Amino acid sequence: MSGPDLRTSLGETTLVNPVMVAAGCAGTGRELEPFLDLSELGAMVTRSVTLDPRAGGPPPRAVETPSGLLSDPGLQGNGLQGFLATELPWLAQRQVRTVVSIAGGNLGEWAELARRVGLSPGVAGVEVNLAWPPGSVAGRDSYQAGKVLAAVRRDMPRGVPVLAKIAPDVHHVVDVARAVVKAGADVVVVGHGLPGLALDPCTLRPALGSGSGALSGPAVHAVALRCLWEIHEALPEVPLVGGGGVRSGFDALAMLAAGARAVQVGTTVLRDPGAPVRIVTELRRELEHRNIPSVADAIGHAHRPEGDPR
Amino acid sequence: MTRAAQGPVQVQGEVLSNKRAGAYQHLTLVAPGVAERFRPGSLVAVAVGGDLSDRMLRRSFPIYRARATGTYRSTVEVVFPVTEPGETWLCGLGAGAAVDVVGPLGRPYALPKEPVTCTLAGQAHAAAPLFSLAERLRERGCSVHMVLGAADERGLFGALEAKRAARTVVVATEDGSVGMRGPVGQVLPQLLARTGSDVVYAAGPAAMLHDVAVAAEQHGAWSQTAVDAGNLCATGACQSCVVPVVGEDGISRMVRACAEGPVFRGDRVRWADLGTVPEDSWGAERSGVER
Repeated sequence: MSGPDLRTSLGETTLVNPVMVAAGCAGTGRELEPFLDLSELGAMVTRSVTLDPRAGGPPPRAVETPSGLLSDPGLQGNGLQGFLATELPWLAQRQVRTVVSIAGGNLGEWAELARRVGLSPGVAGVEVNLAWPPGSVAGRDSYQAGKVLAAVRRDMPRGVPVLAKIAPDVHHVVDVARAVVKAGADVVVVGHGLPGLALDPCTLRPALGSGSGALSGPAVHAVALRCLWEIHEALPEVPLVGGGGVRSGFDALAMLAAGARAVQVGTTVLRDPGAPVRIVTELRRELEHRNIPSVADAIGHAHRPEGDPR
Repeated sequence: MTRAAQGPVQVQGEVLSNKRAGAYQHLTLVAPGVAERFRPGSLVAVAVGGDLSDRMLRRSFPIYRARATGTYRSTVEVVFPVTEPGETWLCGLGAGAAVDVVGPLGRPYALPKEPVTCTLAGQAHAAAPLFSLAERLRERGCSVHMVLGAADERGLFGALEAKRAARTVVVATEDGSVGMRGPVGQVLPQLLARTGSDVVYAAGPAAMLHDVAVAAEQHGAWSQTAVDAGNLCATGACQSCVVPVVGEDGISRMVRACAEGPVFRGDRVRWADLGTVPEDSWGAERSGVER
């Protein structure tokens, strides 16, 4: 095989390349199928699955902000049963490496989601959405985050990696990362959108139906990068995944260099549905251009002094 | 490869022409693959601002006309008012400029199997897709009538073209500057009765579509209404452009205007509940803010 080696790993799961689609941004997978081959990606994270069906929040659920998107879709979905019956088999059939994002309303729900998703065939990993339920501080509070992760890990079969998705809150991110790993997370994902607000230019009132939302997109890229940097500096052995405004191969490389083993493309997919595959191609070119032989060599590159090849 | 043979494509398109049409902008794009798959009512979504853009959502428009076999091969045309910076950017593009195009998207108008009598009701620029629809209906032997509405004369779109497209054309403006005075919903019942229409096809703002759906129902006609999906991802992934719609099973669900729509049966949309998640819709009991 010519060119750089793009393989990377999350726990014991090997990915053909480090580019994933972030939770909620690929829909069920079917929405993106006309534009790219999902099986060419490192992995796809599903939209967050809840135990019961949910109608989601009131529209408008998303508005454009400078270099970003403010959104609060409220986790509309068919519930766990519908997901396992229709959405997961569809992805498995196409050999998409699927990480299932789960969102529990309480510890009992987290445990049940973990058990039933973990036992399903075709699951490459489970991502714990610590921004849920609304108002939860688990994404930025180490005690709460640890409790959720312990409940999930206890009911998850060994061999299914658990990814904990935490808030890109630079003041707490190292503590929260340490807590979720201690409670059994195999991988830490940074992160959710930042809390934000947008006003409707006509009414001068909150533009989103639910009032406020999460800011994502290129606007948060530097924040996510800083969080990755801090965690990798403090906990270099913890596998990290970076998400936040990745829209080019260079953005992906920057996250790898800051310490991530894989990257998630989210908001960019909403503008450019073919972006994930394009980013894989661009990342390969970035590595070639810099004579970096593999993704493994790029990970944590920014932390090593200049002139240190590895 | 698992790529769908049908369905939308994402292509690097090119501006063929970009001109004013009354109060609106009329943009023609060369977009290989889009016109070939086009059916009236489907959408096209374009990225705005170029590669360095800070605008993260696409602008989606109903397709006005699509030509798969012209001099420039595959072209699609859209008509829009310039109301925000993304549209201003589109407006400034010269011939030859590159535009990232995704389409056709969404569920188009359902066409009748029998040669029935149809009334097409359009409001302002939103009427644009009705002209392609009229052509397809005439090909099927349908008798086509049209009502075009706007706030005033300047806001009308396609009034001249309508004379070629339809057997009867009624124009209604809210200020009475041309045609009948009043909203489309007010002049429609009379037209439906006069023509004996079996199906009503409509495109316009929600309030107008609601009126049309009610008028059609009272007349005993089917209605097909195209709901404005807004400027979101347009592929269905973001689940943001949701509308409460009653299914065959009588259960209301929040469905996406860009994917399950934009065209819905008028009697299925819960018009009075647009912009909300009705309490009795599927999964709504768990959608309140839980703490």
